[in-house]
Amino acid sequence: MENYSSLERDVRDMRAYFGTGKTKEATWRESQLKALRKFLLENEDHIFKALNNDLGKHQVEAFRDEVGTLVKTLNLAIKSLKQWMAGKEAKLPRIALLSSAEIVPEPLGLVLIFSSWNFPFGLSLEPLIGAVAAGNSVVLKPSEMSPACSSLLTSVLPSYLDSNAIMIIQGGPSLGELLLKQTWDKIFFTGSARVGKIVMSAAAENLTPVSLELGGKCPALLDSLTSSWDREVLLLKVAVKRILVAKYGACAGQACIAIDYVLVENSFISTLLPLLKVWIKKMFGENPKGSNSIARIVNKQHFLRLKSLINDDPKVKESVVIGGSFDEDNLFIEPTILVDPPLDSAIMTEEIFGPLLPIITVEKIEDSVGFIKSRPKPLAIYAFTKNKSLQKRMLDETSSGSLVFNDAILQYVADTLPFGGVGESGFGKYHGKFSFDTFSHHKAVARRSYYTDFWFRFPPWTLNKLQLLEVAYNLDYIGMLLVILGLKGSKRRLINQDEKLHDKQF
Amino acid sequence: MLSSTEVHEKQNKKESFNAEAASLLVKNLTATFASGKTRSYEWRASQLKALTKLLSDAHEQQIVDALYSDLSKPPLETVAYEIAMLKNSCKGALKELKRWMTSEKVKTSISTFPSTAEIVSEPLGVVLIISAWNYPFLLSLEPIIGAIAAGNAVVLKPSEVAPATSSLLAKLLGEYLDNSCIRVVEGAVDETSALLQQKWDKIFYTGNGRVARIVMAAAAKHLTPVVLELGGKSPAVVDSNIDLKVATRRIIAGKWCCNNGQACISPDYIITTKDYAPKLVDALKTELEKFYGKNPLESKDLSRIVNSNHFGRLTKLLDDEKLSGKIVFGGEKDESKLMISPTILLDVPRNSLMMREEIFGPLLPIITVDKLEESFDVINSGTKPLAAYLFTTNNKLKEQFVMNISAGGLVINDTALHLAINTLPFGGVGESGIGAYHGKFSFDAFSHKKAVLYRSFFGDAAIRYPPYTNTKMRLLKALIGGGLLGIIRALFGLS
Repeated sequence: MENYSSLERDVRDMRAYFGTGKTKEATWRESQLKALRKFLLENEDHIFKALNNDLGKHQVEAFRDEVGTLVKTLNLAIKSLKQWMAGKEAKLPRIALLSSAEIVPEPLGLVLIFSSWNFPFGLSLEPLIGAVAAGNSVVLKPSEMSPACSSLLTSVLPSYLDSNAIMIIQGGPSLGELLLKQTWDKIFFTGSARVGKIVMSAAAENLTPVSLELGGKCPALLDSLTSSWDREVLLLKVAVKRILVAKYGACAGQACIAIDYVLVENSFISTLLPLLKVWIKKMFGENPKGSNSIARIVNKQHFLRLKSLINDDPKVKESVVIGGSFDEDNLFIEPTILVDPPLDSAIMTEEIFGPLLPIITVEKIEDSVGFIKSRPKPLAIYAFTKNKSLQKRMLDETSSGSLVFNDAILQYVADTLPFGGVGESGFGKYHGKFSFDTFSHHKAVARRSYYTDFWFRFPPWTLNKLQLLEVAYNLDYIGMLLVILGLKGSKRRLINQDEKLHDKQF
Repeated sequence: MLSSTEVHEKQNKKESFNAEAASLLVKNLTATFASGKTRSYEWRASQLKALTKLLSDAHEQQIVDALYSDLSKPPLETVAYEIAMLKNSCKGALKELKRWMTSEKVKTSISTFPSTAEIVSEPLGVVLIISAWNYPFLLSLEPIIGAIAAGNAVVLKPSEVAPATSSLLAKLLGEYLDNSCIRVVEGAVDETSALLQQKWDKIFYTGNGRVARIVMAAAAKHLTPVVLELGGKSPAVVDSNIDLKVATRRIIAGKWCCNNGQACISPDYIITTKDYAPKLVDALKTELEKFYGKNPLESKDLSRIVNSNHFGRLTKLLDDEKLSGKIVFGGEKDESKLMISPTILLDVPRNSLMMREEIFGPLLPIITVDKLEESFDVINSGTKPLAAYLFTTNNKLKEQFVMNISAGGLVINDTALHLAINTLPFGGVGESGIGAYHGKFSFDAFSHKKAVLYRSFFGDAAIRYPPYTNTKMRLLKALIGGGLLGIIRALFGLS
């Protein structure tokens, strides 16, 4: 078992190191970002191997979802660092008494990042990039449930980075608890709502700000996609492919933004099911287990959880129309589709996080809006439709971290879009500049000269001063001039308190 | 003032506001919010216009009276710092509302090509605002402006320590605003606890660190995001190369002209050099006498201490034996009027009670150092304050101050003024708080920024999908990371 006796001391040392100001320097930040990029490029094969070990991820999937996206983010951060670090001037009204005002970003200090097992590199390093770019010292705890990946992060990555300022530490829940007992300037957590509450409660003791990237049941609605041209078959094919890859192609559905379930009109089922069957085969092959085109379930506990979602409830089991076989030895579940399992069953009330796809039929596709609205706000909503009024209804009436039309998961790679949840799916956002901002304090800085002081700021208070203050606060430049020149009267009287009968109750 | 029947009614109302009542309130507001009522521009603008009316001359006297009753606040302070600033905010919000509500189009890159994207601001839902007693009107309505502009339903819990203002707020908001969406719950610990047990979409709290921990712990149970506007010991560093008279007046303006030092951004203490301290003390004495006369306890231009609790707390700070002989000005008290005169102390020991907690009153300790640069260590040895001030003409010192002092906001050569600038975020860091507001920052504090991506069906890249091949791998690499050249090379199998 790991020995954490030096943890408190290490954290203290890191805080002292932050105090030297080293991590604030632009050159330091840039060097760390470049080192991170070097780590990814030099260890790509090891990363693929680790992901294969822990999750059975195919190399291409690993690149597409983890390595590739991280390199993209690093390139952006390195390019934009100076711009992000620069203060932003704050516009001042003409009459303002200040000579200048700006907003200056500064690091928060020592931050803690908890990441998750399903995208162990992505979810560890995306926040790390933001924290380092913002000039913080960082402690990163990757998930113990993806041990090969965590090991790679703890044993190889530190040799690339400044270990005085960045510490990567492996361990389970007891390490998590110990870490939460220390004092942090920010905690960034990716994981379940249950643990999110524990993290936030611990943070409350020190008024530590938190970002919580949680999950939820991300729904997709699939409209019939008819159009005046005879293209519906083509569009539907594209939609089906995108839906399938957003479920089975995303770590076998074990992704916070994977499609959890699909809503379609019940008249559409007969068209849809055969298409799904065909494309599952085309995309994942006859032997997905062997070809790694679909990842494995992370461990036995989750495997059994998923199995029981189907097997524990006979009505749910009956609703399986495609797939449904479980290989416990290999922790492999084949792509499974269900039609209309009961809405109160566990598979429809808990986040699935696996390769089981319920299809819920509705009378009219517009009913999806009400269906989604009545449930907790998810991390993402996917709407496959060309119907502009349905698109508007989805935009205006539903709430989610993100909303994507005619695709899924792709929002993850868009640097200009904030990535994060709302309500039960969490709060806080990151990616691109949002990562930098989330690990920064935006400090207001106002400067004045010794000239231009307005005497009416100071007592003794007179009616004249009251008038002047009022016009000044109303930013009424002309009015002020008039009052000073004695040309503007006022309906005001200065209230004399002695004349009023006040019930002073102490 | 309230008649006896009104007081009795009020007390009955208070008794019945328990967890059940709070739950029902939230349920009702949630249903109203779900109906979409608060989302329209028309509704938001109508409420902001109603607030503007509320702040007009018609009620100015009532507001001044309430604040005078609660704090003996000079009418001019009320008009300038509570009413005028709010009017400004309302006006600004109305003017900018359409622009704030418009979604922000963002550029997309080749990694999501072809696509368009935007960031849409949407209301969080039903929010709880808990305000403080020192600027009870301002600290209640300023966040409400943001919450309404962002399209939320709101419950306001004003501070019971300023009861006349709390009553007035309940009355006026009840009269002017849409009661199906905006409500005031008056009360103290019990009512606040009942409210905190409920599930809110955001909690906005202004107050102290102790209660803030309780608020955040309650929020954690429901994963509710919070804004915490707290306080701290805001230092003012004074160099010797300044226009002393102007600097002194500005220090006084930020301290005693702001509710007699009971303001979260009042300069809490001063740091200056041993050599300069006597000059500073003399200047302060001179200006203080000009402002408040020879008998400041009688001055009409100073707020009183809010209640006997705080009066006792401040007395205890003064009675600390470590401070004997340190008072160089003032120190007069009148318990019957709950008045403490502007008091200056020189060479206060760092381990005295006064230097360990936020003073929040008319006592100004001066810490002396040998070299002014040492002041940075003094400040950094404490927790991060809400504000920090520096008076100097030395540009290098100014830049070092900005670089090395972490606080919610910094002002060079003045105090407190950044509060009035709507384009600056107002909030703390570390112990002084989480989040910020004012101007558009208020709108943002009460909004969810939803990422929206529109994808076309054309240009579908087969490389995204299994079966996975080496070619796809090369193309993916080029697409995600590389530029045009990389893509061309990959397409021609040259990479």
